[in-house]
Amino acid sequence: MKHRGRIGGHVGGTLLSILTIVLALVMFFPILWMVLTSLKTEADAFTWPPPLFFHPTLEQYDVALGASGYFHYLLNTVVITGASTLAALLLGVPAAYRLAFYPTKRSGFTLGWVMSTRMLPAVGVIVPLYVIFKTLRWFDSYHGIILLYTAINLPLVIWMMRSFLQDIPYETIEAARIDGATLWQELMRVIVPMSVPGLVSTVLLCVIFTWNEFFISFNLTITRVPPLSVYIVGFKTSEGLFWAKMSAAATVSALPVMIAGWVSQRQIVRGLTAGAIK
Amino acid sequence: MNRRRSLIVMLVFMAALLVPVITAAAQATTVTVAVVNNPDQRRLLELSDKFQADHPNIKLSFVMLPENELRDRVTTDITTKAGSFDIVQIGTYETPIFGKNGWLASIDDLAAQYPGSMQPNYNVDDLIKGIRLGLSYNGKLYAAPFYGESSMLFYNKKMFAAAGLKMPAEPTWDQVREFARKLHNPARKQYGIALRGLPGWGEVMAPLDTVINTFGGKWFDQDWQPQLTSPEFKEAVNFYVKLIQDYGVPGAANNGFSESLTMLAQGQAAMWIDATVAAGFLEDPKQSKVVGNVGFAMAPWAKVKKGYHWLWSWAYAIPTTSQHQDAALAFLTWCTSKDYIDLVGKTYGWATVPPGTRYSTYKNPAYIKAASAFADITLKSIQSADPTDATRDPVPYTGVQFVGIPEFQGFGTDVSKQISAAIAGTQSVDQALAASQDIVTKAMTDAGYLK
Amino acid sequence: MSRGIMRGTLPWMQRPAIIYLVILTQAPVLLTLYYSTTNWNFLRPDRPARFVGLRNYLDFFLARDTGRIMLNTLVFSVAVVGLSLVLGMLLALLLSREFRGRGLARTLMITPFLIMPTVSAVMWKNMLFNPAFGLISSTLAALGGPRIDWINQHAMGSLIVIVTWEWTPFMMLILLSGLQSLQKEHLEAAQIDGAGPLATFRSIVLPHLGRYVEIGVLLETLFVLNIFGEIYTTTTGGPANYTTTLTFNIYLEAFKRWNVGRASAYAIFAVIFANVITLLFLRIIRRGRDGEAA
Repeated sequence: MKHRGRIGGHVGGTLLSILTIVLALVMFFPILWMVLTSLKTEADAFTWPPPLFFHPTLEQYDVALGASGYFHYLLNTVVITGASTLAALLLGVPAAYRLAFYPTKRSGFTLGWVMSTRMLPAVGVIVPLYVIFKTLRWFDSYHGIILLYTAINLPLVIWMMRSFLQDIPYETIEAARIDGATLWQELMRVIVPMSVPGLVSTVLLCVIFTWNEFFISFNLTITRVPPLSVYIVGFKTSEGLFWAKMSAAATVSALPVMIAGWVSQRQIVRGLTAGAIK
Repeated sequence: MNRRRSLIVMLVFMAALLVPVITAAAQATTVTVAVVNNPDQRRLLELSDKFQADHPNIKLSFVMLPENELRDRVTTDITTKAGSFDIVQIGTYETPIFGKNGWLASIDDLAAQYPGSMQPNYNVDDLIKGIRLGLSYNGKLYAAPFYGESSMLFYNKKMFAAAGLKMPAEPTWDQVREFARKLHNPARKQYGIALRGLPGWGEVMAPLDTVINTFGGKWFDQDWQPQLTSPEFKEAVNFYVKLIQDYGVPGAANNGFSESLTMLAQGQAAMWIDATVAAGFLEDPKQSKVVGNVGFAMAPWAKVKKGYHWLWSWAYAIPTTSQHQDAALAFLTWCTSKDYIDLVGKTYGWATVPPGTRYSTYKNPAYIKAASAFADITLKSIQSADPTDATRDPVPYTGVQFVGIPEFQGFGTDVSKQISAAIAGTQSVDQALAASQDIVTKAMTDAGYLK
Repeated sequence: MSRGIMRGTLPWMQRPAIIYLVILTQAPVLLTLYYSTTNWNFLRPDRPARFVGLRNYLDFFLARDTGRIMLNTLVFSVAVVGLSLVLGMLLALLLSREFRGRGLARTLMITPFLIMPTVSAVMWKNMLFNPAFGLISSTLAALGGPRIDWINQHAMGSLIVIVTWEWTPFMMLILLSGLQSLQKEHLEAAQIDGAGPLATFRSIVLPHLGRYVEIGVLLETLFVLNIFGEIYTTTTGGPANYTTTLTFNIYLEAFKRWNVGRASAYAIFAVIFANVITLLFLRIIRRGRDGEAA
């Protein structure tokens, strides 16, 4: 059924649509500006008024990605994000399965407690973590950071996958059981295939939050392991005017998560609200 | 099923643990150096290729950061014994403290342990005495100076000539203020004076401390009572802040060494009081628009002719956690040797060599010729700056532009933020000093200096 | 594997995860509690830490700048959550209509939330807010206005702008879910009854959205209270301490002044605040779940 605009008639409707698109562009504008700047030469980036038609160039990407160890940070980010997401899946999916299909009276409490760990402020634990890392010589090491990020991703995996698994219509499972499927077949033929989209969304959400994390990486890494978020902070002083190069580095750093977010738009709310809202 | 799962989890973690092992192995002969993003260090980076050519089995990896951020990273690394850096750039403030805590390897000890790694003809006795003392603890050298500096006054000769003004050899702050007033012309993008205002104990506090000293002020009395609201301290800070607000560069609260240097080098500021090491940069045609046009004078004084120019050295030290101390020693002694100074002189011009570390530099005819305008003042300033006698009244601390206790890092930075806010106009100097007095009192009570 | 064996291993499917979380999240909090009772300072290894009881907590209440810091924290979080609620509601309402380009508009609008916080901060600070070369100042100057140093002279305002920009999509998405779950029939029934758009909004839409607003506000408050990267990158808590929030102050206390004991005490406060908000959140979830079951 076509949903007529609640406010006003056809013309009003069109105006509202235009307004919406304009607002969307306004919200998006700073990002657009950053991307455009990354395609300019440094001279162009500082010209005022900004040239409407400039010669786009990819040289900044060359510079940004080539020198200054950018790839080192990119590699770190990929490794940390990948490993911690994987570990969180390995620990979290079985837990989600159990909570979804075989909940007990305590499951509600367990879920609530799991959620609360995700909401623990990082400042609340950074000092002991710092001391522990210092003592164990885990400072600036992959394993230390990955262990922490896994703990951050784990609650997300648990409640997202539980939510998705619960979505699987019981009739389908029942039908398979009636057909005489063993547990293994039930898993492989029904549950796994139907939970793949949920799995993908969960992975994407884990990637989004881990990729962008800053506070923990900033305080517990120095040179070997810091991810992109720490690298970008090096640009915070306006010393040395290299904004085009900075924009290129920033764009590349933000791009993967942007795409991940666009793809998994519909599931973001579920992930953000601990499955409270679908 | 759970057994299989836990096996997989274990494998994942083992795989994750392997990564650092692999990366560590790949870095077996890499020396990681933390440096400040200043002109002399940028040149060091460029010239480091020569070192690597001479030492093919040593690979250098530089981490270059702005000054405040670098101090953070280095302090974190050193105090956590993380061992991320093999060479760290620190100064005359940190070296005695870190040396005392046993966090740095003594250069003397390393020289005895790895004589083959020392740069030949290193000659430790050639190091200027004041600098060398500032980098030692208990008689042992803990860091090798890369450049030594004091502070002095730079001025734009053309602007002064155009206004018919003459800069005396040892100006007073009142004279400086008069000059700034006469030369301040914002409409033509000409500012009376460039002075640091950026928060940081090593940024705005450095010049400000010298002003405090020369107005007769001090941070603490002999009982460690903070003196930030004393009349001399107030007068000094008021003078500094007002000078910037009246005749300074707009947005000075954001300007540290680099930004102020740019103002003078671009011909927009008539005067600047800051590190002597900037002289070489200002005389470098590739970076400066005022080559040949820069005048030099001693840093200004007011009531007391003590502590009105500072003593500082950026130096390189090797943390005890370094796994490659002999390779680090090789690079450290290379870049602080006479040979390196000669290399810079021949590559970039003699006026640009890292100054203030060795007596031989000031006896070198090529240097004397190129740097005649400022070499004398620099050497004289360095030699007359005495961290043990920089204030009118006796004090329990050493340091000209800093207080040589570990707590200074913390409260010095907090106080600098208050001052910077006063410069930006968001609070009055009285408010800033009252808050600062509180901050320092609290820090000193916490640390046990006060009951 | 038969279902019988399955039953036995059930608890073990979730135990590793639970144990992992307990070790990595609860144990550190206990340690924080312990440190908060000492006067440990990292930069003084010559002075071993001593037990000082509740002195650090007392310091929190007596310190001169605590008032300022708590005010900053309050102003910051209320402004950001409030503004993003209003803007998010507006955008959600606009997006709840079907029109061509709706998907694109929505995609564009959620992007600020996806950008790395340090990238956002650096972008806003250098390219938009910079008084000399930034877009905003240059535009104003071209129109004859002043060149304002936003980050230094309107530090809190600038920070609020940046963070609101980042978090409005969050609120918008939640409210949008709420709007979309609103039965079309209710709306059309209201229209047939002759209710104008404002009345519809007030008596049907708003009550339905109540739960979503609660969830959105609570969650966003929780996350915004912990914001660090944006503050560090733009103002570093300055000028003076005008943009230092509780979270940022904990960082300063621990890693600039190296006063681990006091930092831990402040951190416990932060944990308590977070727990209060989390409990409220869980109560709403449970209410909702019971409501659905009923």
